[in-house]
Amino acid sequence: MRLWPGRSRATEEFDPTQPLVATGNLRRRHLVSRFTQGLAIAAAMAAVAVLVIVIIAVVSHGVKAISWEFITATEPNGIGPFLVGTGIVVAIGTLIALPIGVLISLFLSEYAGNRLARPVQTLMDVMNGLPSIIIALFAVSLVANKQSGFGASIALAIIEVPLIARGTQEVLRLVPGAQREAADALGVARWRSILTIILPAATGGIVTATLLSVARAAGETAPVLFLTGLAHGDEFHFNPFEPLPTVPVKIFQLSEEANPEGFTQAWGLSLILIVIILVLGLGSRALLNRSKRKLTQ
Amino acid sequence: MSIDDYTFDAAQSTNGKPKAPGRVRIRTEPLPGVIGAPAATESAAEAHFHLAPEPVFEAKDVGIFYGAKQALIDVTMNIRRGQVTALIGPSGCGKTTFLRSLNRMNDSVPSFRLEGQVLYHGHDMYGSNVDTVEVRRRIGMVFQKPNPFPKSIYDNIAWAPRNLGMRQGMSERVEKALRGAALWNEVKDRLKDSALGLSGGQQQRLCIARAIAIEPDVLLLDEPASALDPIATGAIEDLIHSLKGRFTIVIVTHNMQQAARVADRTAFFSLETRGEKPIGSLIEFDDTEKIFGSPRDPRTRDYVQGRFG
Repeated sequence: MRLWPGRSRATEEFDPTQPLVATGNLRRRHLVSRFTQGLAIAAAMAAVAVLVIVIIAVVSHGVKAISWEFITATEPNGIGPFLVGTGIVVAIGTLIALPIGVLISLFLSEYAGNRLARPVQTLMDVMNGLPSIIIALFAVSLVANKQSGFGASIALAIIEVPLIARGTQEVLRLVPGAQREAADALGVARWRSILTIILPAATGGIVTATLLSVARAAGETAPVLFLTGLAHGDEFHFNPFEPLPTVPVKIFQLSEEANPEGFTQAWGLSLILIVIILVLGLGSRALLNRSKRKLTQ
Repeated sequence: MSIDDYTFDAAQSTNGKPKAPGRVRIRTEPLPGVIGAPAATESAAEAHFHLAPEPVFEAKDVGIFYGAKQALIDVTMNIRRGQVTALIGPSGCGKTTFLRSLNRMNDSVPSFRLEGQVLYHGHDMYGSNVDTVEVRRRIGMVFQKPNPFPKSIYDNIAWAPRNLGMRQGMSERVEKALRGAALWNEVKDRLKDSALGLSGGQQQRLCIARAIAIEPDVLLLDEPASALDPIATGAIEDLIHSLKGRFTIVIVTHNMQQAARVADRTAFFSLETRGEKPIGSLIEFDDTEKIFGSPRDPRTRDYVQGRFG
């Protein structure tokens, strides 16, 4: 079907000596092309706009709640215990996930052949997409329903492992094969070259992947809600084998309250969380770019 | 053998002297009975086996496959101790493939398969109990493109000895290796600087220093000067002369003049059509001056005179 029944090359005498302006259906094709380009640009803008609007909303609602006391004090005036609790839970989760993730990435890039690496890699991506509530439920059954910060750390570690593994693998891939060859040709066993040549070259990437996974874990709600949701923030808790108060759970609780004061606090807490995540995310990207430049120069 | 033993033993290696015009060399005139004999891969000089150094490598009917594709067929040659052996030939003729099979670097290619036998000091290199890490500890390799580690000059040399447990006298070892690779005077004041700051030629000599720092038996050089300018190439060739006798050296080169300058013996590989597809094969292997002066095989003559293709 023709949208514009205008001139076309098929019906018109073709004269190559004419001036070089659009002829035939070229004008229509230009229009279609511009329309498609416009759609793509609009979609990209919309995505950016959503992020900007979210940030503006969080900042404008949350900034009135922010004060030194709000960050450091216990309930009801501050949310210090929740920041400490999230810090402990995420730190332990990351400590568990980091060695496992790095070992998986080493398996994928150094030991497994292509045939074995690809399915494992796909499984990692699937695992990365698993709903966190399912992982939380699994972790609950793992710790026999006992509430503790450590249980939440296990769930967060499961979420972090594929992120660290895939992120590290990306950078290990950039370590030039010539260096593996050089190390091999010197009669040094593989694990020594991995430890002293390959991993040092990939340090930047490992740090980046870890920071990204920390940012993700800090915001995960289901695991902390299921596994360590009963703690209160009226005093500081440090023992990971007891329930620990966490930021996402508190945001959830505050926003459920009828009290408008609580709502402001929820926004304030969200602002702190989003700042942490943005700093970790952008900082790790910058680090990654730096280490990639170093590897590919 | 310690690094101090890297002195040239003239009695052991009669062919180990640097090449110079008019040099004295034990020439083996062909025996009357050998003239006119069917052309064999080995030269008449081989008949005087009691004059030749013992072989380090003995390749016997070696064929190399990548999957279903055969890259090399029927290579039989002896590589003698303390000599420089050059492998020349057009691109794709299998010379690098053959070189890499001498320290099992091809093993990392999943579809690689070798037929026949490669003996190293009489041991089957592809035997079931052979450890490839040990193979490469004794048979070092330097690659076409300089590949220093992103570490300091010192650490580049010290890395392998450290990981092999040769920790004693490390700074002396590093100095000896760098002197051995004719690099010491250029880098002695900046050993802590990154090796990536060196020029291409210096990086390649660093790679050679790195290889000799662990005192290997054999050095395999895969077109070590092809990425370098003529001056750096000259430095590498001088270096090869100075390493001759201390190590058995096998060098792959595209540059025929280079082979003529550095090698005691030269092997010419070419692509031969067997059946349907061209397969790399060894055409002629002889003393370097025979290969370049009076080659037996017309294909060798065409190639060394630049009439190839």
